[in-house]
Amino acid sequence: MGGSGCGKTTVLRLIGGQLRPQRGEVRVAGEVVHRLDTDGLYRLRRRMGMLFQFGALFTDLSVFDNVAFPLREHTDLPEELIRDLVLMKLNAVGLRNAHRLKPAEISGGMARRVAVARAVALDPELIMYDEPFAGLDPISMGVTANLIRNLNDALGSTSILVSHDVHECFAIADYVYFMSAGKIVAEGTPAELRVSEDPYVKQFVNAAPDGPVPFHYPGKSLAEDLGLGGRK
Amino acid sequence: MISRFLERIGCVVRESIASLGFATRAFFNLVGVSPGALRRPALISEQIHFIGNYSLVIIAVSGLFVGMVLGLQGYYTLNQYGAEQKLGQVVALALVRELGPVVTALLFAGRAGTSLTAQIGLMKAGEQLSAMEMMAINPVQRVLAPRFWAGVIAMPVLASVFSAVGVLGGYLVGVQLIGVDEGAFWSQMQAGVDVRADVLNGVIKSVIFGIAVTFTALFQGYQAQPTPEDVSRATTRTVVIASLMVWGLDFVMTALMFNK
Repeated sequence: MGGSGCGKTTVLRLIGGQLRPQRGEVRVAGEVVHRLDTDGLYRLRRRMGMLFQFGALFTDLSVFDNVAFPLREHTDLPEELIRDLVLMKLNAVGLRNAHRLKPAEISGGMARRVAVARAVALDPELIMYDEPFAGLDPISMGVTANLIRNLNDALGSTSILVSHDVHECFAIADYVYFMSAGKIVAEGTPAELRVSEDPYVKQFVNAAPDGPVPFHYPGKSLAEDLGLGGRK
Repeated sequence: MISRFLERIGCVVRESIASLGFATRAFFNLVGVSPGALRRPALISEQIHFIGNYSLVIIAVSGLFVGMVLGLQGYYTLNQYGAEQKLGQVVALALVRELGPVVTALLFAGRAGTSLTAQIGLMKAGEQLSAMEMMAINPVQRVLAPRFWAGVIAMPVLASVFSAVGVLGGYLVGVQLIGVDEGAFWSQMQAGVDVRADVLNGVIKSVIFGIAVTFTALFQGYQAQPTPEDVSRATTRTVVIASLMVWGLDFVMTALMFNK
């Protein structure tokens, strides 16, 4: 968790091998991600699933074909079996009956759920969620949060969820890391963090406008800008 | 002042060479992953339908009018020398050697090229290509390569349609409207157009144009920043760069092919 621009998505991209670290290394399943060649990286990615912020559904494909996409690309399963698997995945996210619709015909919350179904199509060991609650109404948010938790438990996988929604994250997460300016500034279980005295955590959890994360963009003071002789 | 000017020139030259090198590497990367794409002909045929079939109407209509204009202009000029019998040959040669491949490539850049650039750019902006990468699917192989080969296959077919319809336009104006002898129109065309020297070279030209235009469109889309402004700028760049490439390549190929 962390404010906008603190580096949450960058962490996910480093884990997925979409970015190379300038220093240090990211290990997934014992492998250093940035040292893998293309084949090795793709092999590793088959064990991962990722939900992008706005779903990143293929707009020219139907809901069904979006979920079937990784199955068709990575397996030689017969079409009947793919159909059954896709319908089961869509059933898990509550959208089995919407399988014929195009992404343009469904709401943002539904698109996010389709993207979840697609991300877990190959039953990955690691699932990454990039801001899964962004722009969702409270009902969709609750549905998506429960879905993420339930899928995680059903698949027995590891989930990394990036978000700034305190309520939903604390409700479903086992362990939380707070990031600020590219660094981890606090960590703990949701129960520990709720009573934390860390100023950053307190500001974040209580949504305080000023604190360690300043309200004003750093620079000259108002007095200086107005020519009143003030200092920074 | 002078050193600043030289610095700027050096910067532009260095950036141009780097961009060219980058585009060349991207081209060979695209060709390198093509065997994987060619193993899935359904993906290519789907794209041929998208970029070829949808360009068909504009290509056919343009071909018809270009042929009709050629028929008119050719007749006015040839008539001064009493050589209007040669109209069929003039129309056919102009179309299969030059106008067919060149005008088709320019129309293709405007119709299908911009569409490809916008499509790839928007897929990038919508994180669809990143999603594909995270699914361990190479977007260059899955998305770009089928479109590239579809463009390369569609271009000579479209150029042939352009030339064929253009000949028909020349016939309508020259024979049906002006009254050039029909037998002379077709027989002079048959005698004066060589399949290998003219038709085949025209086809080779259109294949090269297909490679240049389609790659330019895909490269611009793939390199576009994922913002609406840059995607729209990329579509403009596609038309400008592809058109200039077509003219430049046409000059070089004409000099090499028809130098006897």
